[in-house]
Parts: sequence; structure tokens; C-alpha cells
Amino acid sequence: MKQQLATDRATLAIKDSRSARRSVKGDNLPWRRRVGLPYLFLAPFLLIFLIFFILPLGYSLWISLFADKLIGGTVFVGIANYIQVVQDGEFWQGVLHVVLFLVIQVPIMIILALFFALVLDSGSTYLKGLFRIGFFIPYAIPSVIAALLWGYLYSNHFGPLVQIASFFNLPAPNFLSPTGILPSLINISTWQWTGYNMIVLYAALHAIPQELYEAAHLDGANWWHTAIAIKIPIIAPAIVLTVIFSIIGSLQLFNEPQILYTIVPNVIQDHYTPNLYAYTLAFTNQQYNYSAAVSFALGAIVFVFSYVFMLFTNKDGEN
Amino acid sequence: MPHHLFSKYSKAAMTLALACLLTGFLAACGGSSTSSSNGPVTITVWSWVPNFQQAVDLFEKSHPNIKVKLDNVGQGGTEYPKLRTALKAGSGAPDVVQLEYSELPTFAMTGKLVDLSQYGADAYKNDYISWAWAQSTQGDKIYAIPQDSGPMGMLYREDIFKKYNLAVPTTWDQFQQEAIALHKADPKVYMTNFAPNDAAAFTSYLWQAKARPYTSNGTNVSVNLSNEATQKVANYWDDLINSGAVQTIPDFANDWNTELSNGTLATWITAAWAPTDLAGIASSSSGKWRVAPLPQWNAGDNVSANWGGSTDAVTTQSQHPKEAAEFAMWINHDKTAANMLSNQLFLYPTLKSVLNDPSFGTSVPFYGGQNVNKIFAQSSAHVDTSFQWTPFQDYINNQLTVQLGNAVNGKASMAQALQQAQNDATSYAKAQGFTVSNK
Repeated sequence: MKQQLATDRATLAIKDSRSARRSVKGDNLPWRRRVGLPYLFLAPFLLIFLIFFILPLGYSLWISLFADKLIGGTVFVGIANYIQVVQDGEFWQGVLHVVLFLVIQVPIMIILALFFALVLDSGSTYLKGLFRIGFFIPYAIPSVIAALLWGYLYSNHFGPLVQIASFFNLPAPNFLSPTGILPSLINISTWQWTGYNMIVLYAALHAIPQELYEAAHLDGANWWHTAIAIKIPIIAPAIVLTVIFSIIGSLQLFNEPQILYTIVPNVIQDHYTPNLYAYTLAFTNQQYNYSAAVSFALGAIVFVFSYVFMLFTNKDGEN
Repeated sequence: MPHHLFSKYSKAAMTLALACLLTGFLAACGGSSTSSSNGPVTITVWSWVPNFQQAVDLFEKSHPNIKVKLDNVGQGGTEYPKLRTALKAGSGAPDVVQLEYSELPTFAMTGKLVDLSQYGADAYKNDYISWAWAQSTQGDKIYAIPQDSGPMGMLYREDIFKKYNLAVPTTWDQFQQEAIALHKADPKVYMTNFAPNDAAAFTSYLWQAKARPYTSNGTNVSVNLSNEATQKVANYWDDLINSGAVQTIPDFANDWNTELSNGTLATWITAAWAPTDLAGIASSSSGKWRVAPLPQWNAGDNVSANWGGSTDAVTTQSQHPKEAAEFAMWINHDKTAANMLSNQLFLYPTLKSVLNDPSFGTSVPFYGGQNVNKIFAQSSAHVDTSFQWTPFQDYINNQLTVQLGNAVNGKASMAQALQQAQNDATSYAKAQGFTVSNK
């Protein structure tokens, strides 16, 4: 689903630029050059996109309509797998976890990213490059390594946080308890993705023409006014973009819980997130068909969330 | 920047898919190029036994016409999904694969294991301890050659027992009383750890209590996690956990390693492969550990169980099943190879000849000079032979892990949690086309 959105956005972008170009001088070009040529250049991408993306997707959809039994082999079951997903408590438990994660984590991360981007952009920071790299580094660390790293930091025995707490005779926080695990996961993701989103927003801020600031300055606007009245409204599309990416990423949460699963398998269970559940179904339980159905159900949920968010923000933008 | 969409949370998944694809191609190329030649053939072996290459070298030396490519794709639960994917895909599976006993019915059921009786494996029948052979075969069909086993025993900290003036428990009742007394005397010390993530460990407790939760006969299976013996085990551990006298952390994890070495845990209810593991995990506590037989449910009994151990099987994808079968049989039966497996690679033997050899087992300094293997050899002789598995043991073990977790986290009593696991397994088995009777 997230890829679907990506293509939608890409098509929109292509449409925009094409109509812009056509209004200048494109109207009298032959069709072949106007439409055919771009596709020729796109062919390498389209071919690979088709083979590694559309085909597997179609295949998954196809197998989700069957049941492959250990005894009796493969039979067509229509939408029976999807009906089972709707009634599957473990699936909805996972959905609840990622929605909670989404609702808490995304605002925190985006606000932090925006704040850091504004601070960096304000130009009053020394060592700007160092800070920019510093915030960005967590993103460069593979999320598997990051989860292992945090697994160590959270450890109830030799984790430094617990050791510091016990040094001061304070009760040690249990990061890996059933109640502590969600905040712990949120913390890992925020640490990892804030810098990435900050860079996206910072790049957008960079594109704002200096004249606007000069005009604002003449009008007596301070840092705060400039940020609220000029910078944020102008980079709103970039903010929307980062939120969309984050919504999709949150709902598809997999790596972090998968790694922490090996550390606390009874707190993060095999169905902690829908993606983890799909993975277990396919590779532990051998329920490939049902796993495909779960994946498509998750895709549908991602689509609904993203669509609702777009609808919401588009309306705002037009008014 | 649409490309970031792909990279965001799925970088690892993409890499994995790519790696699978590449190895798939390589394996396919390797297979086709060797199939027609008369020269040395190459077979691929998957094994997670540390230093297994030493044994492979022995084999290659005595079989100049067979070359062996050894891969370690992960231990147990990490290997099976890869094997399953390769078998499902039709290429990429090894010729010989290491499988635990509990997995044999699963892979045999799908028809992906070669019956080794056609290569003369039936001649070995009486050379292996009987439960291991029974679990490697179904009727006349021999699906694997036993490699190692895990007859159970109890590793304990002699210093802690001495310090608190406790006798080494011989019954589970005594174990429970001492556990409570010990934790009372020092709240930082626990008698043992109940690992809620370890379905195999829990199953071995059931095995010793003579609960027989699973039977499987063709398309008929039974899953019964609510019978009397299972409930006895469940209630026993529930009581101990609720009293706070035992620890409940995942085993084979960092925290667990720490607790074994720093004296938090006084015993480890475990199997014959554990002494070597423990010496590595808890090297700082060398000399403090000893081994005793498992506590008994009835005083005076001598009942043991098995936890772990594995076999070598030949997959139907093999282009050279004869050579692959020769590997599986030779490496686990030849005298030199078997001695190397048990003495240098520290696998606990399944071959009677090795177990009965007077030279088997020596005194180990980590255990204060005790001859650890002798204790486990006695245990091996008392493992009940009738235990069976289901053809979907991965699924059940996964459900057990979920449910034992719920029990330990206080969401349900252990008996209720096991009943839930039974219900889930029953509906799974029915959906998979089995006839299920929970007798």
C-alpha cells in the first residue's frame, strides 16, 4: 500500500510538471515524443518494478484466496481467509499495538524533527554541520543493530540505566515489562527516525526564498513569528509527507519488535505487530496463504489511515 | 523522494530477500553442474554444531569421491524457516540437514525426507538408544540418523546448597520446599529459573511426568495439554512461580547468562549438552557446580526425560541421495567420527557403544572434578521411549511460548493457558486436514 501511495504521488508530480511544460511549448510535439519517449526511458524501472513488485504482489493476492493444507493439499477458498482475519483476535491485538504506537510516536517525532530543523535553519547555531550529522547518524545505523543496542541499554541486569538507578538506590525502571515495552519501542523509533525527518524538513526550509525573511524582518517579526507565520506554512507539504511516511512505517513496524522478541519473547509475543504476525504465520506456522491474507488486510488498514490523513490535510490546505 | 518509502522500515527485509535470491541462484547452479559428472560429487550439509568441520574433514578423508560443503544457517528455530522456504521453492535445500527429533514428523509429513532404509540404515537399528531410534523412524521408514541427545539432569551450585544447609533435592516436593526456604533466606537467590520462552524445556518436564500430550499416526493426531499429568506439572510450576521462589526470565539470553554466573540461580534443570554450555556461559563460577539426577515425582523412582538433541536427515531435493545418506550414516556411526562428536565436539552420544565405553566421560574441573557424563549416561538409560511429537510441532511450540508467557505474566493460570494452547492447536490441526482426538 505504501508503494501505491508513492506511485500516486509520483504520477501527480509527473502530471504537474508535464502540464506546466506543455503550456510553454509542448503542444505541437508529436505524440510519440510527448508520451512515448518518457516511457522508453522509464522502461528499465518499469520492468524491474513489474518483476519484483507487481508480480509478487499479484501472486500474494492470488495465494491469499487458497488454503494449503498439510493434508489434502491446496484448495480454493475464496475470501474465507479474509473472513478469518476479521475474526482473528491476535491480528487486531497487533493492530491495536501499532495504532497506539502511531498515535503516540508520530506526533512526538515530527514535532521534535520540526523543532530541530527550525533551530538548525535559524542560523544561530554554531557547529551546524556537526549537529546535523549528529541527529542524522541514528538513521544511518541499521535498525537491527539499533534494536540490539537498545536491547542492551534496556536490560534489567547489566543495562547502564538500571545500574545507574541502583547506584543511587532508586527503583530501576523496567523497560521490558508488559507495560514498559511500548514506550521503549517508541523511544527506539523516535531516536532512529527524528534525524531523518529533520533532514527532510530542513531541506524544505532551505528552499524558502530569503526575501520573505527580509520582508518579515522589516515588519518586525522575531524568530518565533517567522517560524509560525512563514516557515511552517511554507513547508507544510513536506511535513505532510513526513507524517505519511511515518504513518506507513508505524503500521508496518517489524524490525524493532522482531529483535526485542528474542530478548523478551513473553512480553513481545509473536503477534505483537501485524507484520510480525504475518511473518510468524508464514515461516513458523507454514500458513502461507493465511499470512498473505493478513498482509493484505494490513495493507488495507495502512491505506485507510493514509487516505484519511490526506483527506484531512488536503481540506485544510485548500481552505 | 518515493524511494525512501521502500527503504524506510523494510531495508532489512529487502536485503534478506536479495540474499535469498542470490543464494537460491547459486545453489541452483551448483546442483546442475555436478549432477552429470562422474568425478567427485559435492553435497551440501546444514549443521549448527560448533566445529562440525572437523568431523566433515574426517569424512572427506575417508570418502575421496564426496566433497562436502558445510553451511551453518542457524540453530534450530532459525534453520527450519529457511529449510521450509527452500523446500517450498523447490531448490536451495541442502542434501543433508540437521533436524531436532521434534521436527522429524513435520518434515517427514510433507514428504521431503528420504527414507534411509533403502541405503541400508536399518542395519543400525540396535546400535542406537531406543527412544532416539524410535523418534527417527515411522514404521519401516527411517527418516534420519540420530546424532546426539539430551538426557536430563540437574546442575546445581554446591556452594549455595552448603551455605544455606540444604540437601540436594531428590523429589519435586523437596525441591519446592527448599526453593521457598532458600528464597526466604536470601531474597536475591532463586532455586531455579522457569523459562517461559522455552517450550522444549517445558515439554521435557511433561515427558518426565509421563504426560503424553501428543500422539500422531498418519492423519490422526491428538493434542492433550489438559490431562492429569500435564496439570500436575502446570500446577506445580504455577505454585512455585506464584510463591516468588523461582525466577521467570527467558533462557539462553544475556540476563540469564548473568544470573547463572553470579549466583542468582542455584540450579538449572537441564540436559546432557548443558555442562559444556554452562562452562562457557558462567566461566567465572568454575568449580562451584555439580550434577545430580532429576528430582522425581515419586520418591524412589528413577524416571528421566530428554530435552534436545538432533539428527541428520536427507532431503528429497538432493541430487545425490546415496552419497548424502552415506554422510548421514557414516558421520553418526563410524567409530572415529562418533568418538570425535562426543569427545571433541561435546555432543551427547546416542550410540550405545560410545555410551557404554569405559573411557567415555572424564572428571571435569568446572564441576569440581565430577564425572558429569556418567550421571547423564544413567539418565539416558531411564528416558521413557514412548514420547511422540505432532507433525506441526513448530506451531504448537509457538503457541506454548505465547501461553506460558501469559501464565508467567499473570494473565491466566498455567493450566488455563495450556488449555488455550490445546484449543488453538486443535483448531489449527483440523484446519490443516487432520483428524483430531484429544484423548
